Amino acid sequence: MSTMLNKDSLPNRLLRSDAVVSIFVVVLGFLFGTILVAVVGKNPLNMYKAIFQSLSGYNIDNGKMNVRYVGETLSYSVPFILTGLAMAFAARAGLFNIGGEGQYIMGMTVAQVIALLGPQIPTLHWILAIAGAVLIGALWGGIVGVLKAKYEVSEVVSTIMLNYVALYLSRIICLRLPGATTYKTANYPETALINNPFFQKITNGSMLNNGLFMMIIAVVVYWFIMEKTNLGFGLRATGFNKEAARCSGIPVVRSIAISMAIAGAFAGLAGGVVALGSFKYGRVLAGMDNYGFNGIAVALVGNNTAGGTMLAGLLFGMLKNAQSLMQGKQIPKEITFIIQGLIVVFIALRSGVAIYLAWLNKRQLQKEVLTK
Amino acid sequence: MSAIIKMIPSVLMIVSPILITAVGGMISEKSGVVNIALEGLMGLGAMAAASAHVLMEATGIGGISVWLALAIGALVGMAFSTIHAVAAINLNADQTISGTGINLLADGVTVFVAQLLFSTDRTREFRMGMQTDGIGIYPTAYIAIVVVLLAWFILYKLPFGMHLRACGEQPHAADSVGINVRLIRYIAVLTSGLLAGLAGGCIVLTQTIQYTSNTINGRGFIALAAVSFGRWRPVGVTFAAFLFGTAQAFTIIANNFPSLKALPTEVFNIFPYIITLVALVVFSGKNYAPLANGRPYIKGAS
Amino acid sequence: MDYAIEMKGITKTFPGVVANDKVTFNVAEGEIHALLGENGAGKSTLMSILFGAYNADSGSIRIHGKDVEIKDPNVATELGIGMVHQHFKLVHNYTVTENIVLGMEPKNRFGILNIGSAEKEVARLSEKYRLEVDPKALIENITVGAQQRVEILKTLYRNANIIIFDEPTAVLTPQEIDELMEILIRLKEEGKTIVLITHKLKEIIAVADRCTVLRRGKGIGTVNVADVTEQDLAEMMVGRTVDFNIDKAPPQVGDVVLSVQNLFVKDEVGHLQVKDFSIEVHSGEIVGIAGVDGNGQRELLYGLSGLSPVESGSIYLDGVDITNMTIRQRIELGLGHIPEDRQKHGLVSEFTIAENSILKNYYKEPYSNKYGLLNQKSMEEDATSLIEQFDIRAGRGAFTEAGSLSGGNQQKAIVAREINLSPHVLLIAQPTRGLDVGAIEYIRHRIIAERDKGRAILLISFELDEIMNLCDQIATISKGSIVGMFKQGEIDEREIGMMMAGSQTEGGTT
Repeated sequence: MSTMLNKDSLPNRLLRSDAVVSIFVVVLGFLFGTILVAVVGKNPLNMYKAIFQSLSGYNIDNGKMNVRYVGETLSYSVPFILTGLAMAFAARAGLFNIGGEGQYIMGMTVAQVIALLGPQIPTLHWILAIAGAVLIGALWGGIVGVLKAKYEVSEVVSTIMLNYVALYLSRIICLRLPGATTYKTANYPETALINNPFFQKITNGSMLNNGLFMMIIAVVVYWFIMEKTNLGFGLRATGFNKEAARCSGIPVVRSIAISMAIAGAFAGLAGGVVALGSFKYGRVLAGMDNYGFNGIAVALVGNNTAGGTMLAGLLFGMLKNAQSLMQGKQIPKEITFIIQGLIVVFIALRSGVAIYLAWLNKRQLQKEVLTK
Repeated sequence: MSAIIKMIPSVLMIVSPILITAVGGMISEKSGVVNIALEGLMGLGAMAAASAHVLMEATGIGGISVWLALAIGALVGMAFSTIHAVAAINLNADQTISGTGINLLADGVTVFVAQLLFSTDRTREFRMGMQTDGIGIYPTAYIAIVVVLLAWFILYKLPFGMHLRACGEQPHAADSVGINVRLIRYIAVLTSGLLAGLAGGCIVLTQTIQYTSNTINGRGFIALAAVSFGRWRPVGVTFAAFLFGTAQAFTIIANNFPSLKALPTEVFNIFPYIITLVALVVFSGKNYAPLANGRPYIKGAS
Repeated sequence: MDYAIEMKGITKTFPGVVANDKVTFNVAEGEIHALLGENGAGKSTLMSILFGAYNADSGSIRIHGKDVEIKDPNVATELGIGMVHQHFKLVHNYTVTENIVLGMEPKNRFGILNIGSAEKEVARLSEKYRLEVDPKALIENITVGAQQRVEILKTLYRNANIIIFDEPTAVLTPQEIDELMEILIRLKEEGKTIVLITHKLKEIIAVADRCTVLRRGKGIGTVNVADVTEQDLAEMMVGRTVDFNIDKAPPQVGDVVLSVQNLFVKDEVGHLQVKDFSIEVHSGEIVGIAGVDGNGQRELLYGLSGLSPVESGSIYLDGVDITNMTIRQRIELGLGHIPEDRQKHGLVSEFTIAENSILKNYYKEPYSNKYGLLNQKSMEEDATSLIEQFDIRAGRGAFTEAGSLSGGNQQKAIVAREINLSPHVLLIAQPTRGLDVGAIEYIRHRIIAERDKGRAILLISFELDEIMNLCDQIATISKGSIVGMFKQGEIDEREIGMMMAGSQTEGGTT
């Protein structure tokens, strides 16, 4: 009974491509950020110079090149990508995991504990520490999954609660670690670090470390599980239509718990990587690092895919690295938070795009019918 | 026993902002829109109120600056909630995502504005916040009571309230009798923003001397939990807010009991969040949610 | 002739679809006028425009001879137009009274709700038009027939003199349908003009004065009901001759495949909906369960398929006790299920046909190897062959997103998947709901074909015709239990209707 519109015109295809929408949204976020900076009387150009320098290492103002910035950008992206994967993996299974922060904190804490108290055997030491971080992250995420699947507790609220529990729990534990002061512990033994001397050399002393490899492995694991395995198939089905999945025999309760556990594992890994790669000692947290929260934006921009999350994580890493450069040019570093927040809000409006498309279709159809 | 009575003002001080926010959340959800941004809106309100107050204080305007500051906080909360309203109501956006976006945005905006105004990441300390009355109770407690009673009256005694509740249960039924579902949901969301901003102002003017990024610390989410734990009814929500607020007040309460003083403060810090979790698990009240809660209203698709 | 309604040249489009294409529709004062068409012909859309729920893209409307613009339901209500919707627009946890007065509540002088006076008015209207309701009852606690009366009272409270009924009999027992027909005639006698939207030919012949037929969004013609037969109407509706009869050989009945004993199942809210239910289905036969929606059919299927836990009783499949087994275990033992709600339980709209076709067995060879890796190729090959076998119209073959298929093709995809799993027993619910005549014919023939292959089939349908034509054995369900069991041909529609309504054949009131 229908006359179908030509759906494949270029503007329509572009609007429907998620990648294009993501890019559009990021650009829009930056646009607003630029306007905001201008409105408060600072020079937006400085913001872009700082960003450029953080990405490429090249300082436009004085023509000097420092590869360290490139290393730092890459190094910062690692936790963003990992917490992005944490959000994305759960999202594909239909869950809203805003507990990346708590899973990250627990991962960091356990890594610190094992680093300071574990066996000082080369290589084995840091492997144990990282493994511990991954496992505790999985546990912290898994709790949320079970609560949701069995008791229908909204994961939106339970993850936030667990974020705060993790923060204070971390403090209680870390204040009792060897050499603890109000903000740090004793230094780690050498065997627990994950730094990479080669990277340090070629990036002029940046913090880039073995975490980079762990991140790449994580991205591949994410993609592989989701797209190539039974488990991923069942999770995707559950994420799209939980009831249909259940009716088809897919064990939905188990799927929800497993997906939150895997998601938590990614975030836990992020915590471990930051603990052992960016610092030489354990930290007693006074507040949240916010990698977990930013992971939400990363996943949304990356549209919950492995590749997209990686690119988005790089973007955020670049922005974070640019913050100190921006402060140097009198631009409040909070502008990056605002841009990120705007990006998330704009992403939520993605469905507005769908409505616009439908309206376009209807107009076209009306014209066709009335001219018959 | 007298120790308990001495605690009441502190408990009320802490419960009031949570209750005010929770009432706002309840109104919004009863109309069918989930407002996760309460946390961020509280922050924006708190920041606005603290800034307004400290700036006005400097001009020597006197006691009224506290009340003006509260009003400004409420208005700022309402203003930012329009973002969520437009996204959720006009553009059928995913309400969880848009709410989270506002929370992230609020994190950035509050500190950004503080940097602009005070060149640091927090507002300047003001000298004197809100004053308690004769028996040591802050006016915010009375404000909270008025808010709850007003909400109950409007929701259950006036036609407008009946329309609002219908929008959250069966928007198609409401639409079919000529009720403007969109307009009502707008009013509900903006009201929740107003109340959240007001509550943020209450927190900062009664419990501390400035706004920092740690001021709200999850209370917006606790308020949200109170809504579902309270089964979306004024009485239940009040009870839930008291429960969670009391848990939060434990750090203060503990000071009155020598045996508890020995525990590290972090144990008390964790308490409210654990209680909330346990409450949600034990009393999972999903069956009581308004039927159309969280779902965008699309005409014609029944 | 004086016209109550004159709609001229009405056109309305939705994304991708022309719902009404320059339709003309005229209803005389004080008549009962039927609007006939298949699912998707555009009847509901046309009337929604009349009621102000939608705005037409073009065309004009005259009510009682005056040109009008019906922008929203408020305007329609002021013009005296009321609508009794197909899917009731009632707030489940409000009372009958609150639902009737919603939007037009009586208030006292302070603006406060005056429910007391509202209840009195509802009682008065209820008596005047002999529409029995309890003003204080909650909607979620009253019967479907009562809910419909509430919908009717909503229009009368607003002084409607033109009342539109949208597919009113889909959810009623034969007795309630008779009562509704009487109500329609009573309303006509009170001077109301009635528009009856339906695809049920019997009802049109029974009460309508004239009938307008729509097909695929276009108006086909208007006839005097007295001058036509059901066959004529069917042909106008579909555009070709329609054969109502289904050819079927006598059943070759084998052993018991499915045995249900004393089953009790609760619904989501916790009320018992299936009570002491027992039935047996043999291979090679179709057992049908006739009953009006709301008598436990849904919960019965949920209990049998595993979607709901069972309070007590047992279910045996090929002699194995599956009562407490998981859904997957039941599927592996040979339980097939064509669910009532395609979108909710049957398909994942975002998945392709290929992915949907292996939803139940993706973890087995050849679709997965022993390490858990998916085999895309075999998935797609099998799906392509199913598409051919079942004549599924899919734009991009196995890669088509299920959500973009038409209702009929979606149902075929589900049927294809289930049959492909070679189930021992097939649970089928509402197989032809919302489908056009071509798809309906196809699905019904398929069901008979599967029966002839030796499968045991349990069919639940609210369409009495379907049950009576397809099934070898017919059980009637009322309030969660079986109240009668008959072979095909042993019972007629009238008797089944009475059983469905719960009265016994001996000593009961007719």
